[in-house]
Amino acid sequence: MKVVVCIKQVPDTKGGVKFNPDGTLDRGAMLTIMNPDDKAGLEAALRLKDQYGAEVTVITMGLPKAEEVLREAMAMGADKGILVTDRVLGGADTWATSQTLAGAIRNLEYDLIITGRQAIDGDTAQVGPQISEHLGIPVISYAQNIKIDGDSVIVERQYDDRYHVVKAKMPCLITALAELNEPRYMTPGGIFDAYQAEITTWGRADLVDVDDSNLGLKGSPTQIARASDKVRKGAGEKVTLDPAEAVDYIVDKLKTKHVI
Amino acid sequence: MLFNKSKKSVVKKMGLEEYKGVFVFAQQVDNEISSIAYELIGKGKDLAKDLGTDVTAVLIGSEIKGLADELAAYGADKVIVVDDPQLKDYRTEPYTHALASVIQKYKPEIMLVGATAIGRDLGPRVSARIHTGLTADCTQLEIGDFPITPIPGKEQLHNQLLMTRPAFGGNTIATIACPNHRPQMATVRPGVMQKAPKVAGAKAEVIEFNPGFTPDNKYVEILEVVKAVSDTVDIMDAKILVSGGRGVGSPENFKLLQDLADVLGGTVSCSRAVVDSGWKPKDLQVGQTGKTVRPNVYFAIGISGAIQHVAGMEESDIIIAINKDDTAPIFDVADYGIVGDLNKIVPALTEALKAELAAK
Repeated sequence: MKVVVCIKQVPDTKGGVKFNPDGTLDRGAMLTIMNPDDKAGLEAALRLKDQYGAEVTVITMGLPKAEEVLREAMAMGADKGILVTDRVLGGADTWATSQTLAGAIRNLEYDLIITGRQAIDGDTAQVGPQISEHLGIPVISYAQNIKIDGDSVIVERQYDDRYHVVKAKMPCLITALAELNEPRYMTPGGIFDAYQAEITTWGRADLVDVDDSNLGLKGSPTQIARASDKVRKGAGEKVTLDPAEAVDYIVDKLKTKHVI
Repeated sequence: MLFNKSKKSVVKKMGLEEYKGVFVFAQQVDNEISSIAYELIGKGKDLAKDLGTDVTAVLIGSEIKGLADELAAYGADKVIVVDDPQLKDYRTEPYTHALASVIQKYKPEIMLVGATAIGRDLGPRVSARIHTGLTADCTQLEIGDFPITPIPGKEQLHNQLLMTRPAFGGNTIATIACPNHRPQMATVRPGVMQKAPKVAGAKAEVIEFNPGFTPDNKYVEILEVVKAVSDTVDIMDAKILVSGGRGVGSPENFKLLQDLADVLGGTVSCSRAVVDSGWKPKDLQVGQTGKTVRPNVYFAIGISGAIQHVAGMEESDIIIAINKDDTAPIFDVADYGIVGDLNKIVPALTEALKAELAAK
């Protein structure tokens, strides 16, 4: 069994946010971590390795420094790491990112692809489902439990007020919730091996069946019109009222804001 | 110049001018329209007005034709119904096929989908199938120019959908456009947009459409549907939180807050002081060492507003604080701060809201 896990190195939101002049993120200037949902996806894959001897390949798209996150994954137990990096891939939105990752994954054999549900920088939850669409395989988003059943997977798929137990034939793609599991730590031996291990690096030329017009900033249908740090909201109104007036005041505000 | 030319050819290929109208995905679950559908129609009407067009709701499911009138009552001008047994419970592939086929046939200029656990799966899959951009979890939508301010040498496009969304856990705000692809697609955060007033008896033009459903490798099988049985709401999911601090005075007095929460369909939460005093369990604690919440309305009642508490709730859409101490730091983050006695205000507020909601 072969499992591919897509992981992303994301800025630690506690480290502050910096922009390039064109409004895209200046990823080089921020502290980074492995995206939490992706880490849960990796843990799920490593459990399949423990249980069924699955071969786990981690893949990431990013700046050369994103290699760090692949080594972290390998120190946790992943078998292979692939870094997809190329100047022409920069500034990609979710369409161009999913095209890039699908183009890279077409080089690989896989039964299962696992991605995190969403990354903490963009919070879009789009890249996983979009990769599956480009590859023509089923997607099961928001997985809170994953089991293998012969040539199929059985997954608990979370919704707002319920979950569905769904079965899909492999190959398929699953997006993982951070609640899925408690990711393991890197082992000292793992860390040592991971820093010796060879990382495969792919560029534009290694992507299969992807047109230039679908890559990078120019291949991105969405464009940033404006970006800014959030203006912290300051104090609003403060009133001193007797109870009856206070009630009228609050009811009026709730009406104005369409809460009631 | 050469660059401009190539840009134009892209536009021509897409035939952007053929795309007309504002479409919204009218989500239903168990053949009951989700609230987000009405919110999208409400916002869609504003956008349609600016563009001089109308709003079409796309209703997808099994045995759902009867729901079209509900969508009309909330302002849909047209309803496209895709009704097929394959669409009974939400599954990615048949729903994607349904919505993508509607878009390909009817060519909307704008396609809005709720940012729900369904919409955040359906939206990306559809946008990837029809090759357009998708902006996630929007909190604001408007019609405007792109670029927003003219840039020399770059054509400024008019009547574009400008989609604003938070990112980085709310640390940044970005406004996104989709100038060269149609439809312009967005998922929209539930609870943010306003429904239009309900007009009983309003009728919409109903169009039935079925693109045909042939199960293939992408159809998953639903083995079981397990509905949540627990009635304890996670405070992180609550739309309205009535949160109490030490100022509430006693565990018994939290009854006042529970009554207010019940009237509004909200949930009670609390500050660390309350947990430390053993009045409430840890899973209701808001703040740095508790949970980070972002409800539509956060009532801070008898909460002084230490920075550790504020860190866990400042992203709430509306913060209403009631505290007798007019120097309490909670008033620095509250949208509406009332200096007064919670023991008098809260029960009176509960009664007033009961009367208000009964009159609706």
